[in-house]
Amino acid sequence: MADTNNLIVYCEYDDGKVADVSLELLTKGRQLANSLGVKLEAVVIGDKLHDIEKEIFKYGADTVYKLEDKKLYPYTSNPHASALINLFKEIKPQVCLMGATCIGRDLGPRVSSCLHSGLTADCTALEIGPHTDPKTGKEYENLLYQIRPAFGGNIVATIVNPECRPQMATVREGVMKKQIHDENHKGKVVNLDVKKYVRPEDFVVEIIDRHIEKSKVNIKNSPIIVAGGYGMGSKENFDLLFDLANTLGGEVGASRAAVDAGFVDHDRQIGQTGVTVRPKLYIACGISGQIQHIAGMQDSAMVISINNDPDAPINTIADYVITGNAEEIVPKLIKYYKKNSK
Amino acid sequence: MSLNIVVLAKQVPDTRNVGKDAMKEDGTINRAALPAIFNPEDLNALEQALRIKDANPGTTVTLLTMGLPRASEIIREAMMRGADGGIVLTDRVLGGADTLATSYSLAQAVKKIGNYDLILGGRQAIDGDTAQVGPQIAEKLGLPQVTYAEDILEISNGHIVVKRRLENGVETVKAPLPCVVTVNGSAPDCRPRNAMRLMRFKYATSQSEQAKLPEQIKEIVAKRPELTIREWSAADVDADPEQIGMPGSPTKVKNIVNVVFTAKESRRLDNDDESLEGLVKELLANHTIG
Repeated sequence: MADTNNLIVYCEYDDGKVADVSLELLTKGRQLANSLGVKLEAVVIGDKLHDIEKEIFKYGADTVYKLEDKKLYPYTSNPHASALINLFKEIKPQVCLMGATCIGRDLGPRVSSCLHSGLTADCTALEIGPHTDPKTGKEYENLLYQIRPAFGGNIVATIVNPECRPQMATVREGVMKKQIHDENHKGKVVNLDVKKYVRPEDFVVEIIDRHIEKSKVNIKNSPIIVAGGYGMGSKENFDLLFDLANTLGGEVGASRAAVDAGFVDHDRQIGQTGVTVRPKLYIACGISGQIQHIAGMQDSAMVISINNDPDAPINTIADYVITGNAEEIVPKLIKYYKKNSK
Repeated sequence: MSLNIVVLAKQVPDTRNVGKDAMKEDGTINRAALPAIFNPEDLNALEQALRIKDANPGTTVTLLTMGLPRASEIIREAMMRGADGGIVLTDRVLGGADTLATSYSLAQAVKKIGNYDLILGGRQAIDGDTAQVGPQIAEKLGLPQVTYAEDILEISNGHIVVKRRLENGVETVKAPLPCVVTVNGSAPDCRPRNAMRLMRFKYATSQSEQAKLPEQIKEIVAKRPELTIREWSAADVDADPEQIGMPGSPTKVKNIVNVVFTAKESRRLDNDDESLEGLVKELLANHTIG
């Protein structure tokens, strides 16, 4: 029997706005709800929510559940978890999507644990499809395929939750594309009575101090990215990449291996567990190209790979391959750019 | 004030150093080619525990891990760095667990340890990167959680004050004890092995390792109970067979593919001045740059 229950997106709300990642998930959720033939719902929890539903409806939500109380902002784990757990017990969504942010990754596991629902972190693709249990032979229709690289990015796994609901998944910001569904789309607003969903004893962790600042690094929206991998060898060699990026008007990105090696800060990490980028030009220097990195940059319009290893996996998706030392080649690119760009 | 701290740790394959022989011909993982290491952020968590122990004499730090019997290696390592001892939760029936079944099993073990004031663990393990087990254990034990911890600023009078590192800033929170705190990689590195402790815990071994020791070392170990790393089975922690291993895991792996990229038509450029200048000119001409 087909599951007629709805799909819900947990919308993160801060500073009068819904987080980009939540809008991206609403866009994806609308598409998945259509293929399931069910409604797209959204839940937003916080304070001073005003008429935020207007923004959410544009992205295709049919219902917006609102929980508003000044104690629900800023986010703390237990109150938001209780709100979702109690709401989900009532409306029984078949799918729940959340951003793989500090909030989503704190909240999702707690909700999933209580509902025994199963949760897949950092999905890079979500699809709907059938499944046959290899042991029992039982057939399932319309399951959520939660697709993610695993094992350091050497394999891609498709995960399903055949029996438990909701099927929960988190997705990083930038992985899905945000697109307005219909400026005039209208849905239903349900204002929930906070007291019925959140217990006083949930307010157990107290926020003493909070310093939130916009990240200084904006690699997500940079049209040109010069990215370095472990093959750059040192923090000093990364300076060359900063020189090239500054010359071209771009930003510096890095593979996880380079971040783990301490060559550059984590906020520049590109890939499944970092940022997903779609620049006009991606220059990969000393990056071998594990899947978990490629998952975060494969939609770049043009890729240049500079690598000592002529068989580096990233070369297969590159438009231009230069075999050689990045530390020799990068200064030359700077030189020829300066010479020819006047 | 002395506290009882449980540190959750995992022995993981070193996915950061995956060589070309990491995958077998049939697309499965060649675990033998990957060294097994102490999950890096669990070491950050251990350091936080040891700092609390330094400041609060009488505090005990107990490691808890779930895995193969050889996971006793990381407990021995932790003891050489300053932990008091540890437990390996190991049983065939626990295998194939997803994060939820893992959390249930570990939560059962924490209950058996009992009398804990603080549970620390790394934010996430590098073989799965899910960051789910910490919060799920907190939920299973009915405890508050503090994730993304970078520094423990204060621990006293039944509460803990923690600085959290978020994607866009920092937050300082106060939580009652007991609670679960997961520690970020941006927290201070773990201290190295201490030379005295290295000698003292050289023979720290699990029951299954002890069976293979030479007789004279068996005698030494028998006289010093602190050298025994306990091994617990699923039955030892009263785990419900329905909630552990594969049967207890709501998520199932439908399939795994070894990744093959759709190759683009790459142009190979010679690494000489003429080709590089040609490339720059071409990119300028088609307005990719400039």
